[in-house]
Amino acid sequence: MSKVLIIAEHNGVTLNQSTARCVSCALELAPDCIDILVLGSDCSGPASEAAGLKGVTRVRTITSEANAHPLSAVLAPQIAAVAPGYDYVLGPSTTFGKDLMPRVAALLGTGQVSDIMSVDGPRRFRRPVYAGNVIVSLEVPEGRQVVATVRTASFPAGAPGDSPVAVEETATDATIPTHTRFRELRTAGGDRPDLQTARIVVSGGRGVGGAEGFEKLYSLAGQLGAAVGASRAAVDAGYVPNELQVGQTGKIIAPELYFAFGISGAIQHLTGIKDAGTIVAVNKDPEAPIFEVADIGLSGDLFEVVSQLEEKLG
Amino acid sequence: MALHHMREVGLKTIMVCLKRVVDYNVRVRPKTDGSGVQTEGLKMSINPFDEIALEEALRIRERGEASEVVVVSIGPEDCQQQLRTGLAMGADSAVLVRSDEALDPPSAARVLLNMIERLEPGLVLMGKQAIDDDCNQTGQMLATLWGRPQATFASKLELSGEVATVTREVDAGLEVIEVDLPAVVTTDLRLNEPRYVKLPDIMKAKKKPIDTVAIEDLGIDTTPAFQVLAHTAPEPRARGRMVRNVDELLAELRERGLVN
Ligand SMILES: Cc1cc2nc3c(=O)[nH]c(=O)nc-3n(C[C@H](O)[C@H](O)[C@H](O)COP(=O)(O)OP(=O)(O)OC[C@H]3O[C@@H](n4cnc5c(N)ncnc54)[C@H](O)[C@@H]3O)c2cc1C
Repeated sequence: MSKVLIIAEHNGVTLNQSTARCVSCALELAPDCIDILVLGSDCSGPASEAAGLKGVTRVRTITSEANAHPLSAVLAPQIAAVAPGYDYVLGPSTTFGKDLMPRVAALLGTGQVSDIMSVDGPRRFRRPVYAGNVIVSLEVPEGRQVVATVRTASFPAGAPGDSPVAVEETATDATIPTHTRFRELRTAGGDRPDLQTARIVVSGGRGVGGAEGFEKLYSLAGQLGAAVGASRAAVDAGYVPNELQVGQTGKIIAPELYFAFGISGAIQHLTGIKDAGTIVAVNKDPEAPIFEVADIGLSGDLFEVVSQLEEKLG
Repeated sequence: MALHHMREVGLKTIMVCLKRVVDYNVRVRPKTDGSGVQTEGLKMSINPFDEIALEEALRIRERGEASEVVVVSIGPEDCQQQLRTGLAMGADSAVLVRSDEALDPPSAARVLLNMIERLEPGLVLMGKQAIDDDCNQTGQMLATLWGRPQATFASKLELSGEVATVTREVDAGLEVIEVDLPAVVTTDLRLNEPRYVKLPDIMKAKKKPIDTVAIEDLGIDTTPAFQVLAHTAPEPRARGRMVRNVDELLAELRERGLVN
């Protein structure tokens, strides 16, 4: 009998796709049961989506005003109260899960496997270290609860189930601290496709030269139905907001098609795109390291290439 | 008394954790027998995120909001080099917890908790992740064991009385939270740009104290939570092809069925 608990990521309205990817990872553990735990001030939307995921046994909710925003110090004790009896507690390796899961692990007195990229057995996992330059295989000793984050780019989003499973409200007697308070969330948002789930991503680096240059990438992205991403250098220079950063310390993504315009190909950037289907690199420097990993390389001025692409696709 | 003191100089002590890691510019490879990574002779540095943490602590002290900055490292004797760099940047004193074995995040958090008990900091600053194991756990685990708040992935930090307001880089954008002090804050890349160390600072730093503690003397359980079986190289991506112009690029993309 092995049981998995997955901590749902959501925005109060919809379930983040990262949760479905955790379910795909959990299925590889061949467990007897997979429960999803939704914490929120109104769990109904995310819970009903979670209930429709294939492979899920049950959805549990903890509804409380305190859970209106995902504050780890608030959520972790409630998760730790529910966790006994589960062999695995999984969360996504997004900023939500990275912040939360170590807190859960510490409360449960165990360690955490960060960024599971593959499951080699019920207690054997692989994870990247050194910005993906080295892969570690590790084993969690028998009898130790496994707390882990799932590298979402390594697992598919999965299919919907045949019919939705039950949703049950759960009560805990966890003490909720008041030392951590939410103030605001500033998001550029808009109706552009989400960087983490888009089929095509158009990314720019320092070579794009500024916010005006990025307008051209946004326009091409619009034409392709693509999301826009960026290197750290482009974010640091203030061309685009932080949530667009792709890489070791930004988002790890796996689109079918990735365009790198004016990105040199630093290892910290490449680790964020190594699971992309096709990588296209456009760089005026024919020696740029990005060409070593690109499936298709074009040496030239990115602005000329972007405007020709727009014209020829249009 | 204590409260009066707090109001006058802000925090007494900021503890900053510095990890010695292979420099970010070096490409690391697994050992041929898979037992670890080849680090011999490689350039070692302060984990870049921890350097940002130290810079932030120094700025807080320089604004008069804290009176001292103590840097702490866990690792072999060679960590003295990174602590010296930290002292040259401006830290007031340093503690090395000497351990020849690399610790996993839960063990590191237990050791750092012990340091907190000794130093009684009003704020602990550290990088959001170390660029060697890329775990992104220690700060959160430390905050939990300490029973205090955490504010991870900080890109802005403001202190006012006994509260810190922290802007965090999250997937959706920027989140602002408020935490009561003491707390653990982990730093992201855009919090600041660390200062360069100048030669006179290096000379001055030679006189600053580094307190050394042997990890065995702390009586802390440092058994790893997991067993590492092997280190391997990632599957390489096959080298692709160069095209000469946009027409060839589009032809290739259409052949792969990626664009219309
Ligand atoms: C701890 C740490 C974490 C990091 N994390 C990340 C991360 O998560 N993500 C990330 O991306 N980086 C990260 N970095 C930074 C990384 O090391 C590189 O500095 C960064 O990726 C470089 O960005 P870039 O390629 O845009 O800039 P550059 O390296 O400056 O490259 C710009 C490229 O643009 C080309 N170019 C210029 N003009 C044109 C033109 N008109 N047409 C075509 N090409 C042109 C140039 O030839 C050059 O190759 C991290 C670094 C550290 C230390």
